[in-house]
Amino acid sequence: MLENRKYVIIGVFCLMALTYLARLFYLQVLDDTYSLGASKNSIKRVIEIPYRGQIYDRNNQLLVYNTPVYDLYVTPKKVNISDTTAFCRLMDITRSDFDSIMGLAQNYSAVKPSLFMRQLSKEDFARIQDALVDYQGFEPVISSMRTYPAHTMANALGYVSEISKKQLDNQDIPYYRQGDYIGHNGLEEQYEEQLRGKRGVKFVMQNVRGVNKGPWKNGEFDTLAVAGDNLITGIDVDVQQYADSLMKNKVGAVLAIEPATGEILVSVSAPTYDPNLLSSRYFSKNYRALIKNPYKPLINRPVMASYRPGSTFKLIQALIAQQQGSLLPSTVYGHAGSPMRCHCRGGNNLRGAVQNSCNPYFYYVFRKFLYFNGEHNTFKASAIGLRQWHDMAEKFGIGARLGVDLPSELKGNLPTPEYYDKAYRGALRWKFSNVYSLSIGEGELLISPLKLVNLAATIANRGWYITPHYIKGLGKVGVGVPEEYKVRHETGIDYKYYLPVIDGMRGAVANGTVTPLANIAGIDLCGKTGTSQNAKYGHKFDHSIFIGFAPMNNPKIAVAVFVENAGWGGKAAASVAALVAERYLKRKTEAKKLDEIVKASNYLPPANSLLTPKKPSPAKKDTTQKDPKPVQPKPLMTAIQPKAVTATVGMGGN
Amino acid sequence: MARRNDPFTQDIDWLTLILYLGCITLGWLNVYAAVYSPEEHTSLFDMSTNAGKQLMWIGTTAILVICILVVNHKFFDSFAYLFYAFMILMLLLVLVAGANIKGSHSWFKFGGFQIQPAEFAKMATALALAKYLDNPGVSLTKQKDLMYIAGIIVLPCILILASNETGSTLVFASFTIMLYREGLPGWIPAIGITAAALFVLALIFPKLYIFAGIILLLVLFIALMPRYNRNLNNLLSLGVLVAGMMIFVTGVDFFVNSVLQKHQRNRIKVLVDPTIDPLGVGWNVTQAKIAIGSGRLQGKGFLEGTQTKFDFVPEQSTDFIFCTIGEEHGFIGSAVVLALFVGLLARIVILAEKQRSKFARVYGYCVAGIIFFHVMVNVGMTIGLMPVIGIPLPFFSYGGSSLWSFSILLFIFLKLDSRRTALSRR
Repeated sequence: MLENRKYVIIGVFCLMALTYLARLFYLQVLDDTYSLGASKNSIKRVIEIPYRGQIYDRNNQLLVYNTPVYDLYVTPKKVNISDTTAFCRLMDITRSDFDSIMGLAQNYSAVKPSLFMRQLSKEDFARIQDALVDYQGFEPVISSMRTYPAHTMANALGYVSEISKKQLDNQDIPYYRQGDYIGHNGLEEQYEEQLRGKRGVKFVMQNVRGVNKGPWKNGEFDTLAVAGDNLITGIDVDVQQYADSLMKNKVGAVLAIEPATGEILVSVSAPTYDPNLLSSRYFSKNYRALIKNPYKPLINRPVMASYRPGSTFKLIQALIAQQQGSLLPSTVYGHAGSPMRCHCRGGNNLRGAVQNSCNPYFYYVFRKFLYFNGEHNTFKASAIGLRQWHDMAEKFGIGARLGVDLPSELKGNLPTPEYYDKAYRGALRWKFSNVYSLSIGEGELLISPLKLVNLAATIANRGWYITPHYIKGLGKVGVGVPEEYKVRHETGIDYKYYLPVIDGMRGAVANGTVTPLANIAGIDLCGKTGTSQNAKYGHKFDHSIFIGFAPMNNPKIAVAVFVENAGWGGKAAASVAALVAERYLKRKTEAKKLDEIVKASNYLPPANSLLTPKKPSPAKKDTTQKDPKPVQPKPLMTAIQPKAVTATVGMGGN
Repeated sequence: MARRNDPFTQDIDWLTLILYLGCITLGWLNVYAAVYSPEEHTSLFDMSTNAGKQLMWIGTTAILVICILVVNHKFFDSFAYLFYAFMILMLLLVLVAGANIKGSHSWFKFGGFQIQPAEFAKMATALALAKYLDNPGVSLTKQKDLMYIAGIIVLPCILILASNETGSTLVFASFTIMLYREGLPGWIPAIGITAAALFVLALIFPKLYIFAGIILLLVLFIALMPRYNRNLNNLLSLGVLVAGMMIFVTGVDFFVNSVLQKHQRNRIKVLVDPTIDPLGVGWNVTQAKIAIGSGRLQGKGFLEGTQTKFDFVPEQSTDFIFCTIGEEHGFIGSAVVLALFVGLLARIVILAEKQRSKFARVYGYCVAGIIFFHVMVNVGMTIGLMPVIGIPLPFFSYGGSSLWSFSILLFIFLKLDSRRTALSRR
């Protein structure tokens, strides 16, 4: 009887085994959450950052390359520093820096390495390397740092630094991780995707403490990192550096392009800074200093500054008026009846008016343009005329983004009839007499140096332009250049109308508004000066502008120069432009005297004048009352969109 | 037969021996896999690793086994009480002189090696029980005999509990299987199982639900009772039973929250809901399940497991060795291991039934019970069906004490059995 209990007992054994088998079957075969849990647990994706592409100029000179540096990582648990003060001295950090970095690292993980210090240069690393042996838990990891051997073009190139929180959150595809490097501003940002290359992914097995335990499945699913493409630019680094030297102690911009291709040869934003400053571990310190600098070196003036084009705009007026039929090359206007002052003797034809930059001449040209539509009501005629004027000028790329390969280009302003309707609170409440300052490039016009150099190139080409661009190729010349940089943009102005204008431009340099020294022999420079009103707004001097190209026939270079607070355009700006053109065409500088004068001149406004002006004190109220709308001094022009129209009396051009 | 008196050959039950060797070999390979590190490529025989040490333990076990097989079978019968007394002494001694390992005072330390007397107490207790039950006239229905037997079991339990080894103490419950076979009234284990079930239910559900359930069952039971059984006596005892269950459930609540230590309470709570704290208390259970679950049907292959190797599973070469099996050899491997154990257990039971002496039979059932209990609890905890109780998987887990004790336990039985076969041939 009792013997039969063995069946019960064996039954219990089998019941246990069957229950467990059922459970195992469920865990192992039916339910796959556990196997997913396992790969999440122990297999980690490790991103391999590829070498970032280098940047070259048009002659294969390096503008940007990568220097190996060392990032120092710390594993808090292994750290055992007896003398923290000595360690901080070695690392050149303060005690509180040390504590905060270590605190962050400890928060992240006691056993996984965290970044302790970025980008120790080879020299720094060599200095601490021996001492580091005594400090457990610090591990150097080789990395790379952007280096700028030409020390130029800081703003156009941009810089590479840690991704910002905002950028991190705004990614469409989660590509970057916290702490990754990304191109900021300039070409580094514009061509980020091409420069950064393809990341490699390695799957490694990690143990429970996150320590690597070798490749997963022998690296079967790993992908190799592919280095980024090298960016070849159209920059001519020799001319670029020369232009830098000319713009020393000046605020402004120099731009030069090859008219036939639209390739940017020179891109100077002055004052500038050494791009290497933003590429070291002292990034934040240097960046802060640049931000505080009153001359605002971080503004990329060629595309981010907006100026009134001044007399340079007369070129467009001359071209579109001829095309419209309201102006003939032989048309002569005198000074009489014009509200504008002029320093020429008057009685010019078109060629002479360009050469001497005659203000009244273009006053009349513009008036005729606006009223050249058979409409007798001057208000209506002005509206129709200005619409036509806007549409024709727009073809030169004014008033919109040109589409240069930089992320920060500004639109500028080319006023439309609607713009004035709004400003005068209703249609047909304004006419030529309200807007005539446009005729000489003042008033509500706003233009960037880039658009003006493009105008110079358009005239050099006698009728068309290719959107200015920096890129000349990715990896190889001509490869990967966006299609939009191969398209000719026509201006809709006939070839023949350019000829008298160009004649006038040559005359301006040879025998006109340009200082005689700037008429450098053998380069055949054609140009137009401009003086952007600034003195009127409480400053001592206007901005000096010059645009031009050289040589006159079959032009190789188009230049635009802005020098802020340097007075009339024929001197400062034209001199710089002539020297830049000479350097590019001759590969050397023969106009030594001009070179010396330009380099010696200092147009920097005193730094304290650039600080935000104080509010007028009550005592001074009387003097300010007369000006109903005191215009804030605009020291270094940035994007100023005119808010209201002031009936300006244009006194600019020369 | 030429060598029929040779204790090493045909007198031993070969099937058991093969099953035993199968377990030992698989165990050793899995210990190797559990500590294997892909970047070091240590050898199976490297003495600095657990696998190498385990091999050494296997070697010493072989010597012990030979010793057991050569001594006279009467040795175990005669010295059963002496073994027991010696073991009690050792358990007392370890409380005083034992090394403190993870809060447990149950290890003797000799150089790099540790011995846990509690592992051997099971074997000594089994011998003592067999010896006692072998006395003519002893019956499990007699109150006095039951008291003695309870005494033999409880004495080492108290001492082991005192050394903070709850897991090893629970193993003594496995003697119930032997006692049941030897005539323990069926209601005693029934009460035990009911109590365990109520215990778990009390952890999961609120008390009132369980009360309602019990009363519902009572009503159903009475309704289905044959009319002639519905006398006052039966109804009264049912009432007492129900009341007892309710008191028990209330007691469990109090016991779990007020009596158990925190880590014990957590181990039980995690059994009910392993997701309470996946990185804390639930870590062991969750990681064990992830490791086993990720093995799928066929497993990741020998030495290919990532979870166990990289220390996600704690104590993966000792108490959680089954995770390595589940991860690297999948459902098929797990099933093979379970089949090995069921085969071994069934074989022991069948052999025990064949014994002529009550001593050998009782001892055989004790062996089966002990191994069964270990397998049930150990595997059960890795797959989340049992609370985490730190007891080894027989023959698989790394460790000299457990390997020795299980081998000695088993081979004493095989020795006793070989005597039986030798006798039957005469």
